[in-house]
Amino acid sequence: MGDFDFDVIQRSIGYLFREGMTFTLTLTALAAGGGIILGTLLAMMRLSSYKWLSVPATAYVNLIRSIPLLLVIFWFYFLVPYIGAWIIGSPTPIRVGAFASSVITFTLFEAAYYSEIMRAGIQSISRGQISAGYAIGLNYWQTMASVVLPQAFRNMVPILLTQTIILFQDTSLVYVLSITDFLGAASKVAQRDGRLVEMYIFAALVYFLISFGLSQVVKRLQQKIAIVR
Amino acid sequence: MNYNWNWKVFWDMAADGTGTWGMTLFYGVLWSLAAALCAGIIAFVLGSVLGVMRTTPNKWAVRIGNAYVELFRNIPLLVQLFLWFFVLPELLPKGVGDAIKQMPPPWASFVPAVIGLGLFTAARISEQVKAGIQSLPRGQLFAGTALGLTLPQTYRFVLLPMAYRIILPPLTSETMNLIKNTSVALTIGLLELTAAARSLQEFTFQVFEAFTAATLIYILVNLCVVMFMRWLEKSVAVPGFIGPAAVGGAH
Repeated sequence: MGDFDFDVIQRSIGYLFREGMTFTLTLTALAAGGGIILGTLLAMMRLSSYKWLSVPATAYVNLIRSIPLLLVIFWFYFLVPYIGAWIIGSPTPIRVGAFASSVITFTLFEAAYYSEIMRAGIQSISRGQISAGYAIGLNYWQTMASVVLPQAFRNMVPILLTQTIILFQDTSLVYVLSITDFLGAASKVAQRDGRLVEMYIFAALVYFLISFGLSQVVKRLQQKIAIVR
Repeated sequence: MNYNWNWKVFWDMAADGTGTWGMTLFYGVLWSLAAALCAGIIAFVLGSVLGVMRTTPNKWAVRIGNAYVELFRNIPLLVQLFLWFFVLPELLPKGVGDAIKQMPPPWASFVPAVIGLGLFTAARISEQVKAGIQSLPRGQLFAGTALGLTLPQTYRFVLLPMAYRIILPPLTSETMNLIKNTSVALTIGLLELTAAARSLQEFTFQVFEAFTAATLIYILVNLCVVMFMRWLEKSVAVPGFIGPAAVGGAH
């Protein structure tokens, strides 16, 4: 430990946070936002009484949840250019940047996990409330938007945030696509300067502090909500 | 869309020249399962110990258990594997570190992967074990002590047998998570299933065949795990106590 080089961290800290952490946080925020919206729609589809809505949604969620994130990252990395070409009718696969590809991947992947949370949230609202919504003349979308979802969302905020912390940690896996996220940046500096020990310990420390801090916030929030009930 | 499907690629000779691509995938599954099994044993033993520690009246045991869980849950698995693979050999005395680095190929990445996955999963299992013990009525502990059992005996004969039965369903999903997480070990060079599919894709450009095969194999493995755990749940169920169906309604 005697030759632990703090200087390499000091030299690269600007690069690590400006390039790497910005990417990691942007990806986390976009995927969490998109994932929660898409996940809520998937949950509503799964709970629908129409088979043609519930069956594909269930199949999608179960499929995504049974394969590893890394495999999903590889799938979409190669699939998205073909789907893009199919949508715009181009004969050759279109070029999709690493950033767009990883946002699409994480949004679609996390949607499956968020949908399970939102499904539990929607199911935690008593049926009487939905009936009451219909009774005062609201249609399905109005009942969902102004009666069910606000409460379901509120009940599930701690779990949604916990899942977002997991998402934040999972974004480190874009490393396999050689993208400069926080870990990717740390790894590049580590390889360049031959300082693996310092850089990886520093990366672990930063991930730990952010995740731990957020999880303490979630704990507080949980206690607050528990008191209200 | 001009993609050349070639499902026969699995019978072609693999790049390493020792067998077909199908065999490469098969060995990939074996490495995935071997890593998951070894890591699972570490995780189960350590997770149980930590979970029990966190329910004992001893303040320091609780603190150490909690600290372990917070530490291992808040660092991404990939970073943890890097720490075991790249950083640990550098921090150990030079002789030991060099010996670790010079292990023959599969073991040099298999051992750190197993340690990393095992310690990571232990934190999650300890959460389940703790929840399982705490879900039992307090009276069970008191009854055990009243019978004259010591605290370790109460855990061994009264609390743990019921707690493990209660947490079998969440342990099923932890097992599936563990198998899925072995794919992260490809970043430190373990040729498990995802890595095998990836090398098939890189050498033959048959992207979608490779990933379809890997996906189907993961689904198959998952089904096997679910069926095994269901059988286990049924065969250890205590008559009149907790049936698999009653677990959801118990609380």
